Amino acid sequence: MKVFEKSPSFYEVFERKSGPAKEATHYCPGCGHGNIHKMIAEAMDDLEITERSVFVSPVGCSVFGYYYFDCGNFQAAHGRAPAVATAVKRSNPDAIVISYQGDGDLAAIGTAETIHAANRGENITVFFVNNAIYGMTGGQMAPTTMIGQRSTTTPLGRAEQIHGNPIRMAEMLATLPAPTYIERVAVGTSKQIMKTRKAIRKALKIQKEGKGYSFVEIVSTCPTGWKMDPVAARDWLVDDMLKVFPLGVFKDESDNVDEGTWDRSFEGFVPDKVNTYLDRMKSPFDVTEELDLVKDLNCKFAGFGGQGILTLGLFLSQIGMRAGHQVSWFPAYGPEMRGGTANCSVNISRDRIGSPLVDRPNMLVVMNQPSLDAFEKDVVDGGTIIVDSTIVEGKADAKRLNVVALPASDMADEVGTTKVANVVILGAVVAATDAYEPEFVESTLRAVIKKQSLIDMNMEAFRKGYDFVKNGN
Amino acid sequence: MAAKTAVDVPFMEVNGELCKGCQLCVGVCPKTVIAVSEKLNSASYHPAYYTGADCTGCGLCFYACPEPAAIRVVKP
Repeated sequence: MKVFEKSPSFYEVFERKSGPAKEATHYCPGCGHGNIHKMIAEAMDDLEITERSVFVSPVGCSVFGYYYFDCGNFQAAHGRAPAVATAVKRSNPDAIVISYQGDGDLAAIGTAETIHAANRGENITVFFVNNAIYGMTGGQMAPTTMIGQRSTTTPLGRAEQIHGNPIRMAEMLATLPAPTYIERVAVGTSKQIMKTRKAIRKALKIQKEGKGYSFVEIVSTCPTGWKMDPVAARDWLVDDMLKVFPLGVFKDESDNVDEGTWDRSFEGFVPDKVNTYLDRMKSPFDVTEELDLVKDLNCKFAGFGGQGILTLGLFLSQIGMRAGHQVSWFPAYGPEMRGGTANCSVNISRDRIGSPLVDRPNMLVVMNQPSLDAFEKDVVDGGTIIVDSTIVEGKADAKRLNVVALPASDMADEVGTTKVANVVILGAVVAATDAYEPEFVESTLRAVIKKQSLIDMNMEAFRKGYDFVKNGN
Repeated sequence: MAAKTAVDVPFMEVNGELCKGCQLCVGVCPKTVIAVSEKLNSASYHPAYYTGADCTGCGLCFYACPEPAAIRVVKP
């Protein structure tokens, strides 16, 4: 006896669905999604994969896939279903991952993800439901909308000169070497529906056997968006859409690929492994005790790119971190690697930091003239401004601000290289703020400076800057 | 609605409350044994129904129907 009835891969009652009709779908009368859902569910039953299937719902009318399929479910951001599916498959290779997407999702917003997942040959199955319109959002033109087809955004019909031609995704993806199986089917006539049923099963079987990427484009209907009754919509699909979207197999390597070829599994979430990794990522020094911080520091460091401005900020934040304080470091720079302007904001605080930006610094370092001109006025009254007097000719307002002018670049040259001017400045910053003991800073620098051969030079540079401020030499 | 228990002839049945009246099943039936009710269901659709004889149990209406549970076909 053969019984055609609701698949056990569907929930018995659609509890997640709002409203009273908990056994009916949310789809409009005559919508192709329902047919396709039924055939996917049936294939899951027959291939015995329901328990390990993960259905990735996109954005679109089928966003509510998780109402219906009694398997693992993900709801991805618009267009990102193939990327999410990739992650699910790779971290859980036993899962049968189904990326179910409409034309707006797959062929417009998620074009990049779609093409690259196909190009990588991910062992996932993509069901592309092409109904030539954005249904859920109210019937706007989609990439697959037909020439002449009216939509809310093409009220006079899609025009090639204005909107381009409908995109044929199956043909496009078939040009790539990686995909295993690409077919276009339709849910128009009964014959077409039965072919769709076959294609869905084949695609899932390919994934189950580890044979790679399978893609089934299903030409479907949107009676509501097309403003047609369901029967007329199926007729339009058959008579008109299939002229632009011819049915057929565009690629099928399934007989030429060995089972298990596309095993790209890696160990996913293994807590011990994650912890080992995090241990390795720990900062190179221990936070042993929380040091006092007399005053929160809101610093702006500015100069030319290449002067070590950003590194200066990093060093200070690392010192603060090691002292157990809250820190933030926020760089801002132009596209040039050298020679452009660069600045960074550093907050060091006893309390949690709301914004990493520093608009009103109480500590400003300027290592070129434009930075002095740009930022001096922002410093709060009584704030400190440290100027590299080797480079900056202008004078800061000594009445309003605590001005420290030191020839940092010259002092760095004396140490051996101009490159350590930023560490000379760091010495001055630490001395001027009395935030941390110099020994504490030195031990931190030893931990964070990567090149051991440069440590001595940096120590000397730091001391020079520190002593200059403390002792005036 | 036909009985669900042991049968010796094929039949289809429609859950009139879940049917949305799209009529896709009506058009695909090779024997034209599905009709549309004049009555409305609680969702305000005219549901399809089996006229009562000559169903071959081919299942085409089941696949044409977008609703998971609206149509059931039994072929002994």
